[in-house]
Amino acid sequence: MNWGSWQNFFAMGGYGLYVWGSYAVTLIALIAEIVALITRRRGVIERLAKYYAARRRNHETEA
Amino acid sequence: MKRTGRFSWFYFSSPQSFYPLAGALQPWFAGLAVILCAIGLYISFFVAPTDAQQGESYRIIFIHVPAAWMSMFLYLVMGFWSGVGLVLNTRLSSMVATALAPTGAMFTFVALWTGALWGKPTWGTWWVWDARLTSELILLFLYIGFMALQAAIDDQRRADKAGAVLALVGVINIPIIYFSVKWWSTLHQGASVSMTSAPTMAKTMLLGMLIMALGFWMYSIAATLARVRCVILERERQTEWVAAEIGGQA
Amino acid sequence: MIRALGWVLRRDLLLAFRRRGDVVNALVFFVIVVSLFPLGVGPEASQLRNMAPGVLWVAALLACMLSLARLFAPDHQDGTLEQMLLAGEPLVVLVLGKVISHWLMSGLPLVLMAPLLGLQFDLPADALAVLCVSLLIGTPVLSLIGAVGAALTLGVRGSGVLVSLLVLPLYVPVLIFGAGSVVAVAAGTGPEAHLLLLGGFLALALVLAPWATAAALRIAME
Repeated sequence: MNWGSWQNFFAMGGYGLYVWGSYAVTLIALIAEIVALITRRRGVIERLAKYYAARRRNHETEA
Repeated sequence: MKRTGRFSWFYFSSPQSFYPLAGALQPWFAGLAVILCAIGLYISFFVAPTDAQQGESYRIIFIHVPAAWMSMFLYLVMGFWSGVGLVLNTRLSSMVATALAPTGAMFTFVALWTGALWGKPTWGTWWVWDARLTSELILLFLYIGFMALQAAIDDQRRADKAGAVLALVGVINIPIIYFSVKWWSTLHQGASVSMTSAPTMAKTMLLGMLIMALGFWMYSIAATLARVRCVILERERQTEWVAAEIGGQA
Repeated sequence: MIRALGWVLRRDLLLAFRRRGDVVNALVFFVIVVSLFPLGVGPEASQLRNMAPGVLWVAALLACMLSLARLFAPDHQDGTLEQMLLAGEPLVVLVLGKVISHWLMSGLPLVLMAPLLGLQFDLPADALAVLCVSLLIGTPVLSLIGAVGAALTLGVRGSGVLVSLLVLPLYVPVLIFGAGSVVAVAAGTGPEAHLLLLGGFLALALVLAPWATAAALRIAME
């Protein structure tokens, strides 16, 4: 598929808005999911670390 | 439950053994996803020729159809693992089902969005009530219902099982819903406006779609593995091994 | 088993009669919603005639869904549901009894009310007849599917809206063929195929839904 020029490629025969709108939103959705996963994992580890620290403190004060 | 000297697949059915396996596998699937999507995108932009009727706008198909396939496939997989968790009472299966839902919903949304953007230049309106798009919309509702139900129930095991019943009811209903909507759309629109009708689809177009679908599949596996690891940590927090794991991380 | 079914039916009908308000409220909701549409889109007769099947069916869906709240929740609150689970009778039979009584109290009134409302939309007589038949076959399906949703969300916070979210997508095929049957009459193609399909849905729902509902109830109560 020979586009001829970068301008042709971006214009997509006049349908640039639709084609790039689709690909862009898809990319955003994928990246958003990845970011959400990373954030979720960090949040879980942080929360659990606090939970364990509190539990340890509880055990120490009880013992 | 490892039998001495013999490998058993059931070894990995405990969250504790699955967690490191998932962690090890995930980068491989992520890498495969990147490679396959790159190849697929190359084909879709630089190999597949311009379509005679739709011009360049048809290139949306390389995202729309794979996303739609994934949305339906992931629902079936989710239903399967839910069902396994319900019948065999295994916690990990239910965790995997819960982890699959957001990715499935994401692909359903992508399918709907790209479908709308494809419909506008082709048929003039932002929303086309054709069988596929309408079924995708209902599928999105089914995903959201599953996630909402699990979020609303506090007791974890009850949430797993209730979600499983809902997912299985959904799996049975999806063919019925698709058939009904398909019938309804052909009746009301007369001329067939199928979004995937491309009887003389060039081989390169089909290849591009398949490779993108494979890429999305690898991505789904990678994302689900990552999410199920989070779910395992959250749910198994009372166990020693999670405490050790977090202690090592924090 | 039949005796258990009869017992459940009698009890539920008796309770529903004692609280006629609940039942009447759903019916009034149906009437009000249907009356809102002409106010929204204008009184032009041909437009209303086109809209009527869809509007009447959607309103029936919503009315049925609203009444799901009194299917299992009251029994859950006063402990009867637990007794039903412990009883020797198969739970499926008891569930079926409850669904039948639910339909008698919420679905059947809609069927009887529909012709009057159809007149508001200037539907011809044959369309009205088909509308009633389609509702007659379709509303039990709505009750059956709704029972699964009600059982899944038993005692869950925010269950009212959640039930709608779960159950409305599953109602779509019934809606499509229910309303479609009336449209087919207007189009002259005959409603037989649609009504037969609705009958098929009813048969399928009768077999599968009570079983799924019983499973969901056990999950909710364990």
